[in-house]
Amino acid sequence: MEVQDFEKLFQDRIDAEIKIEPKDWMPDAYRKTNIRQISQHAHSEVVGMLPEGNWISRAPSLKRKAILLAKVQDEAGHGLYLYSAAETLGMSRDEMVEQLLTGKAKYSSIFNYPTLTWADMGAVGWLVDGAAILNQVMLCRTSYGPYARAMVRICKEESFHQRQGFEVLLVLSQGTPEQKAMCQDAINRWWWPSLMMFGPKDSESTNSDQSMKWKIKRKTNDELRQQFVDMCVEQVKVLGMTLPDKDLKWNEQRRHYDFGEINWDEFWAVVKGNGPCNKQRLDARNKAHTEGAWVREAAMAHAEKKKNKQLQKVA
Amino acid sequence: MLPNPNSKYPIPYILHLADSTLILSQRNSEWCGHGPILEQDIAITNISLDLIGQSRNFYRYAASLIGNDATEDSLAYLRTEREFKNLLITELPNGDWGQTILRQFFFSTYQFYLFQQMQNSNDGQLAAIAAKALKEVTYHVRWSSEWVVRLGDGTDESHQRMLHAIDELKSYTGEFFVPADYEKEIGLDINLIRQQWEEKIKAVFEEATLPYPEKTFTQTGGKTGIHTEHLGFILAEMQHLQRTYPGAAW
Repeated sequence: MEVQDFEKLFQDRIDAEIKIEPKDWMPDAYRKTNIRQISQHAHSEVVGMLPEGNWISRAPSLKRKAILLAKVQDEAGHGLYLYSAAETLGMSRDEMVEQLLTGKAKYSSIFNYPTLTWADMGAVGWLVDGAAILNQVMLCRTSYGPYARAMVRICKEESFHQRQGFEVLLVLSQGTPEQKAMCQDAINRWWWPSLMMFGPKDSESTNSDQSMKWKIKRKTNDELRQQFVDMCVEQVKVLGMTLPDKDLKWNEQRRHYDFGEINWDEFWAVVKGNGPCNKQRLDARNKAHTEGAWVREAAMAHAEKKKNKQLQKVA
Repeated sequence: MLPNPNSKYPIPYILHLADSTLILSQRNSEWCGHGPILEQDIAITNISLDLIGQSRNFYRYAASLIGNDATEDSLAYLRTEREFKNLLITELPNGDWGQTILRQFFFSTYQFYLFQQMQNSNDGQLAAIAAKALKEVTYHVRWSSEWVVRLGDGTDESHQRMLHAIDELKSYTGEFFVPADYEKEIGLDINLIRQQWEEKIKAVFEEATLPYPEKTFTQTGGKTGIHTEHLGFILAEMQHLQRTYPGAAW
């Protein structure tokens, strides 16, 4: 069969909503796009442990400490599922980690912002996890089977995290004047970066068309962003707080909220490595990797010794 | 051998159990996001979670005996350096992965034999906490002992690092077996725990090709609130929000 025929069969399967599995034929670009996207997603989970891990030692109650520990641990678990999903496409986890550590692979820019107060644990859960979930719910139906299945598991845990984050803010919003101010301040700082999580505008997004055709994505960046804005405008009322956008207004004609212009200069600066914590995050990952090298080597050396001993016994 | 049926465990003893598990949980949680490999990052965080769960059970029980609006959080967040009764070994800095692992192995093995006795206590509440914890601790002992063997019998470097870890930690293990006043009347057979502990440690060390130092000095003080200089920093960090915003709910 000619390559064009394979491509047609492939597209037919996608159009018929049949999942693509690891051993199926797929265009190189489909494989590459999925490796890039899934590994970026895995890296985001792992780097995402850092800003929240920052508050574990200072969580204000034992219950909050346990919840936060469990949450950050869940993220490590998500990282593992996703690395495994990406490995089915033929790139090893070592290779993916190497790309993260050298800065070749990206991760979600949101984690390059600092977590400055306890309220940030709430705002990250509510806004950052909230934005991530909209994307992830869509990805539960993505065309690559292992990715879609990993997302189904992840979504269940993420929606739990989002509720926990909202609950952190809810308690603060009903607390002392200082706690209320802390709550509003965190929302103010995390709102715009959360909107940026959906990526560039559709008119500027380079990968969008092909990804939609291959059903890797099923909604555009702008559609998801609008859905997020509409959702948050309602939820923030429960907190008695406000979103920091004077242009937020219900548009009766569109049946959506209009919102202000995102600071795209900031968006690109952070993507290019100049966010407030890009360097710290990457340094932390590199430090853990370098300092863990002797542990990984020892584990391998021991496994080898054990295997040899067993072989000797058999002989 | 079992706790005296007429004696209740005194509150300071329950606080000692709570403090040791909380402080070790706090230390282990420093690894979260920084472990040598993702699977082990998850494992050490899991242990941290188990330990904080145990500490909450002990604190709640202590709070119920203390009354006066005491809560798990008032006991964890509003007591001072001199009031904390945790074992010194739990507050030591993590050191490298080998040191963290070895501390966990020493501590979990102690907990294992301690809780084996405590689960038969006539104090139903403590017996229940110990029985539940024992399931977790059984896994902690297995996990940490496997790592001790892996690192002891791994590479030259890992072996050297384990020797260093033994050197750093061994003198803090004697405190397990030196009873504070509040421990003397509670009827646990501490000598038996010591004997079982030593047997287990020696067996694992042998497999790990590590020497067991018979004679080491014993550092004590944690059980009565005389700590290392490290504890003050741990509490300053851990208690920061409760101290900065007195009376606030979180």
